[in-house]
Amino acid sequence: MQHSSTYSPSLRDLDTAGALTLGGLSLIFAATRRPMVASGLALTSGALLYRRLNGNRRQVSGRAETRAALGGQRGIHVREAVRLEVPIEEVYRFWRQLEHLPQFMSHLESVVEEPDGSRSRWVARGPAGLRVAWDAEIVTERENHTLAWASLPGSDIVTAGSVTFAPVRGGRTTQVTVHLQYAPPAGRAGDWIAWAFGRAPAQTVREDLRRLKQWLEAGELATAGLASTGGAA
Amino acid sequence: MKAVRFYGTGDIRVEHVPDPEILNPRDAIIKVTSTAICGSDLHIYGGFIPTMQSGDILGHEFMGEVVDVGRDVTTLAVGDRVVVPFTIACGRCYFCREGLWSLCDNSNPNAWMAEKISGYAGSGLFGYSHMYGGYPGGQAEYVRVPFADVGPIKVPTGLSDEQALFLSDIFPTGFMAAEQCQIRPDDTVAVWGCGPVGQFSIRSAFMLGAARVIAIDRVPERLAMAAAAGAETLDYEQVDVPDALRTMTGGQGPDACIDAVGLEAHGTTLDAWYDKAKTSVMLATDRSHALRQAIGACRKGGTVSIPGVYGGWLDKFPLGAAFAKGLTLKMGQTHVHRYMPQLMTRIAQGEIDPSFVVTHRVTLDDAPAMYGTFQHKHDDCVKVVMRP
Repeated sequence: MQHSSTYSPSLRDLDTAGALTLGGLSLIFAATRRPMVASGLALTSGALLYRRLNGNRRQVSGRAETRAALGGQRGIHVREAVRLEVPIEEVYRFWRQLEHLPQFMSHLESVVEEPDGSRSRWVARGPAGLRVAWDAEIVTERENHTLAWASLPGSDIVTAGSVTFAPVRGGRTTQVTVHLQYAPPAGRAGDWIAWAFGRAPAQTVREDLRRLKQWLEAGELATAGLASTGGAA
Repeated sequence: MKAVRFYGTGDIRVEHVPDPEILNPRDAIIKVTSTAICGSDLHIYGGFIPTMQSGDILGHEFMGEVVDVGRDVTTLAVGDRVVVPFTIACGRCYFCREGLWSLCDNSNPNAWMAEKISGYAGSGLFGYSHMYGGYPGGQAEYVRVPFADVGPIKVPTGLSDEQALFLSDIFPTGFMAAEQCQIRPDDTVAVWGCGPVGQFSIRSAFMLGAARVIAIDRVPERLAMAAAAGAETLDYEQVDVPDALRTMTGGQGPDACIDAVGLEAHGTTLDAWYDKAKTSVMLATDRSHALRQAIGACRKGGTVSIPGVYGGWLDKFPLGAAFAKGLTLKMGQTHVHRYMPQLMTRIAQGEIDPSFVVTHRVTLDDAPAMYGTFQHKHDDCVKVVMRP
């Protein structure tokens, strides 16, 4: 696991310039759009994050500090759910093929899986044309039940999360629950910046899941087209 | 193409805009042959509907000819003559499957706006604000129709445009209003508002077995149209409506009451003037005089059915009276898809000819003037049909 610390040129430039605030912003954007993830529970993802931070970023975060971040005081922590009238196998199959995710996660540009399916390369769009990239691995995979994910050591983005698939209403409906955690470099400041841009992380994930639902249920994403906004287009 | 566009309160213009195109696999493009102005369009015209934007194309009652279909539309072909529901529904989500088509989960791309107001969002609608999806409307030469494989239905060749057009909204809306009353033989139904939806509510109530329908309005032509359907009529400027209803029902009250007026109610009583004052200075959004009166007049254990549109917050809503009498309140956008086939059959069998309601036949170019005529009920205007 000698990783893959794949910094994107733009981020490196930013770091070099010491533009911490802007870097934090791009992380938030990347993070909130990052859907993949997995870890079934907060506990799981928390533990993963803890290990990543503790093991690989010791110079940045001490144990207590990391624990505090994962406790929700400083990191981003999102939990959103959606129900679909689609068989659970179909939903799981769609999500497990990570290349599909950018179809409904608006700030993701691409996800490319390695042939063996264990690792993947993620590229996300940030504000002002920034791009952020990182590598991730699947850490838990229970078919039609749970998919859990974590960024690899050395990535720009330190994150973990999960998506669970559960039958409801007697199995006629599938409930998808997404749980994400991010350790942001800029803490609350980063959150504030995201807010200032009008996109709270939870709302962002909610809209992503709405598109997932439209895609799998209706077979297309609802749009009024350009003309629909009339003079305000 | 030509289209009727909204530019602000009382400001409607006919302008040239780009033709719509297929954007999604389940789309169709319809060449409009007939389109109507709805009473609910007047709520937009009057500035009561939030999230309208300058340049939005109006109209949600339309029919026409299919001129293009997306690759997943197998139920329609170019050349088909169809009438289109004003509610946009995917046909596959939980709500569509439950028959609650106007509550579709997947047709409103701006669901987040409606969620901020209502908690959860209803379906997208044609030409009815960005909160309802921002879809360009049908008062135009062409319209893009999403989910065309489940919405539009074909019109039998024997029926005229004017006989089929109102399946898009006001006939199903009046029918659902009456159906919600759970009418039993011998029931008396009172209907507030004798505009187009009121007229179809009256006729639907009779179709569903009501013994008596009492129609309430102040416009003589509209009351005459109601009387022609067999309703007894009350002019609210001439009589005390609650008192009259009490007497006419032997002191018991109507079994069901339909509010086919909605958020711009007029009235002559103290509460109506209070509403007018408060909405005019933006302290309230909706004038609910008709609904208050319906709740007050309804018999104990009765049903108040609300096809009239409400958009925001009501002031002085008599929930205590509704509670005390154990009323059932039913409301909501019409589940048009649910009613279209059966009502098409009733029309084809000659049980009803919906064209009775049409008073004005004009072209799209006349839209700006006709919005004013309809709003002020000038020239005995009840329903305007435009042919592009």
